[in-house]
Amino acid sequence: MSSVTADHVPASHGHDDHHDMPHGWRRWLFATNHKDIGTMYLIFSFLMLLEGGVLALLLRTELFAPGLQFFQPELFNQFTTMHGLIMIFGAIMPAFVGFANWMIPLQIGASDMAFARMNNFSFWLLPVGATLFTASFFVPGGATASGWTMYAPLSLQMGPGMDFAIFAVHILGASSIMGAINIIVTILGMRAPGMTLMKMPLFCWTWLITAYLLIAVMPVLAAAVTMLLTDRHFGTAFFNAAAGGDPVLYQHVFWFFGHPEVYIMILPAFGIVSAIVPAFSRKPLFGYASMVYATAAIAILSFLVWAHHMFATGMPVTGQLYFMYATMLISIPTGVKIFNWVATMWRGSLTFETPMLFAIGFIFVFTIGGFTGLILAVAPIDIAVHDTYYVVAHFHYVLVAGSLFALFGGAYYWLPKWTGRMYDERLGKLHFWSTMISFNITFFPMHFLGLAGMPRRYVDYASQFTDFHQIATIGAFWFGLSQIIFMYVVLKAYAGKGEPAAAKPWEGAEGLEWTVPSPAPFHTFVTPPVVK
Amino acid sequence: MRLTTISSFGEGTPYFEVSMKKLRGVLGTSAMLMAGAASAQVQDMPGGPRVNQLNLPPGVTEIANDIMWLHWMLLIICTVIFIGVFGVMFYSILMHRKSRGFKASKFHEHVGVEVAWTVIPFLIVIAMALPATRTVVAMKDTSSADLTIKATGYQWKWGYEYLDGPAKDVSFLSTLSTPRSQIMGTEQRTDTYLMEVDNELVVPVNKKVRVIVTAADVIHSWMVPDFGVKQDAIPGFLRDTWFRATKTGTYRGQCAELCGKDHAFMPIVVRVVTQEEFDAWAAEQKKALASAADDPTKEWTKEELIARGETVYGANCVACHQANGKGMPPTFPPLDGDEKYVLAPKKGQIDTVLNGHPGTAMAAFRDQLNDVEIAAVITYTRNAWSNAGNGPDPVVQPADVSAQR
Repeated sequence: MSSVTADHVPASHGHDDHHDMPHGWRRWLFATNHKDIGTMYLIFSFLMLLEGGVLALLLRTELFAPGLQFFQPELFNQFTTMHGLIMIFGAIMPAFVGFANWMIPLQIGASDMAFARMNNFSFWLLPVGATLFTASFFVPGGATASGWTMYAPLSLQMGPGMDFAIFAVHILGASSIMGAINIIVTILGMRAPGMTLMKMPLFCWTWLITAYLLIAVMPVLAAAVTMLLTDRHFGTAFFNAAAGGDPVLYQHVFWFFGHPEVYIMILPAFGIVSAIVPAFSRKPLFGYASMVYATAAIAILSFLVWAHHMFATGMPVTGQLYFMYATMLISIPTGVKIFNWVATMWRGSLTFETPMLFAIGFIFVFTIGGFTGLILAVAPIDIAVHDTYYVVAHFHYVLVAGSLFALFGGAYYWLPKWTGRMYDERLGKLHFWSTMISFNITFFPMHFLGLAGMPRRYVDYASQFTDFHQIATIGAFWFGLSQIIFMYVVLKAYAGKGEPAAAKPWEGAEGLEWTVPSPAPFHTFVTPPVVK
Repeated sequence: MRLTTISSFGEGTPYFEVSMKKLRGVLGTSAMLMAGAASAQVQDMPGGPRVNQLNLPPGVTEIANDIMWLHWMLLIICTVIFIGVFGVMFYSILMHRKSRGFKASKFHEHVGVEVAWTVIPFLIVIAMALPATRTVVAMKDTSSADLTIKATGYQWKWGYEYLDGPAKDVSFLSTLSTPRSQIMGTEQRTDTYLMEVDNELVVPVNKKVRVIVTAADVIHSWMVPDFGVKQDAIPGFLRDTWFRATKTGTYRGQCAELCGKDHAFMPIVVRVVTQEEFDAWAAEQKKALASAADDPTKEWTKEELIARGETVYGANCVACHQANGKGMPPTFPPLDGDEKYVLAPKKGQIDTVLNGHPGTAMAAFRDQLNDVEIAAVITYTRNAWSNAGNGPDPVVQPADVSAQR
């Protein structure tokens, strides 16, 4: 194994760390080290994944059979809403920021993130937001039950739980904006000598573009929920038609945030997959430049298509046509990425360790979600299946099989660098197959349900839908339990069990992160490396 | 007409039908095995979902047929591309393995290929968009309708009003008729479970029906899959859609925009009948309306009001305030023992029922209920449960309500 540095020296005895490394709780509460903060982000997002997952399983439990068995409709709607909010703002987004914190400085040869204390602040806002979300279940009236989209005027009817959600969104949005500023400044200002933009790993590129998206749209979301807040408590009437407002205005503002948000959750995933596929194909990424351009194209298009979430509100025919055409265009840069990954694998020298399995699984299942996205872009079909389980299937194919699979792949890929230990390959593969199969059992039947007209966010359904709902529920529990394997594998590596990892444990891996020892010492690249 | 060509192409291709049936058979059987006997007796719902239905409903309008055709076209193109791309990938996975001793090539660019896989998908997307454009234009054309109906979404029921034609001015509310006992599972569920209503919307066959859709409280959505119709109902705004059903029968849909607690319990049922049947139905409705018209100037007895009020309560109030009047606090406050409105002078309660409480789930009923109904339901709440004999003003007359309108 061709490692650049000595492998077997434990990190804490390295020369250039230890002397100023804080200990005990201060190390975490006052953390300014990008690796510590990255670790906290990742732990936090996994806990949120579990919370959101439990909510999902409660939903699936109620939906195992027609009729009301376990939860009253109002509580069910609270579960639906909080499942969405927690998964998006608590699990997926922070997980990617965790990866960015850990890997971007290592990949560009920087010693840390640009603003270390702001980094600390943007992390510690997260538990505050999460506490508000969770605590809202226990206020009078319970959590908000208006769906994660919080459409007015329904959200104006909610109890104080809605205000908790609004403040949580504000706080998590502020955290995201700070994280994004940090990433942009780090990438643009702290690259090692010789690391030109077009030499950066694609993960840095996708995050750079994502960070700009975040800065552009998180304030828009903040505006939308602030208008809700003032409509609720301070006598404004942005969304109240009786006083000259317009409920659909909320949807326009929300989806102007909401559609770029979709790409915020998937572009860094593209970056992770673009690191893994070449590594296990032992071949450079095909079409690096076109990957960068495709990412930028997707980001720009994401601002131009928001109203395809609103075809059923009834817009003028020209509006429908424009948003249909613009949305269909997104399939082209996305297709380019899929083709590039396949071309990277073509005539490579492939091996199938767990990260590669998740990357291939990602490409395979994400493409299904991409195709249903193209089908949904066609306005007449969208009107037939809008707000049905078809849409639920579609966005879980891109968010679970897309974002989450890439996160798992990335976690296995970089775990040796984080912990200094190789994970258990047998269990990793078991985790992949179990996750992949149960995911499809859960979500594939939802396409059929949606086409047959089963609306989403329903606590009860016509008996004709029963069988597919039961299959989905069985798959969901299997999927949930599969994640225990992941937790075990990761904790074992963190506990220092398993093979010690070399500085570069993957034969075909490329990049500066593999030039530092495993686990990465507390301080890295104090003297910037020179990239040729 | 191009549209007809498109839809007839879809219908006239038996291959889809055959493969669909086969697939449905296989999936249906395996699903049935898993589900056990509990749902084995469920039959297809007439005008609603079939058991383990896999695709869009067959549809009884031209638009629904067009949507079906578009969906098949896209599904086939996407499947072919999917098989092509992943055929290449799986070939690579099988053949280009390190374990087979395959040595990696070093290529990482090819301008020709990259241009090709940008331009060709672009052309495919244009080919998909063209027929879809025709359908979008057709769907939005609500002009020259034979009949216009207004549909209003309420939490949680639909109100219908005929704006022209033989049934002009006929209006009624349409609420879920599935009994609570079926929802709670104490009674066997029928095949139309959750997709049946007390008053169905009745329309003539082969007539262009324009539906003006709006809402009174929050956003709802009026959906009938067999018509290929879904239109959000937006409070304070009028939107419209249309359908021309080509077959008589009953067609069912549900509310498709989250509207609160009982979102799952406000179905839509449309009965398509012949023109003669429609005319007869319209005449009957008008006669019934005339005879049932309440006289708001009449003095009602307490017993009459309570009896009438119980019915009104059951159709409008029970979902939130519950049959026992205990409500579901704090969102839905109790009426039993409520000293703020119910066991207080009548003025406040009349105002509440007429105008609602903006910012809460309490709707304004001034447009849904007439004076007699409001007086009756208020009188009922003042004499039901433990309220009987307590509080001032035990009886509220329709004239009191008129005075406060």
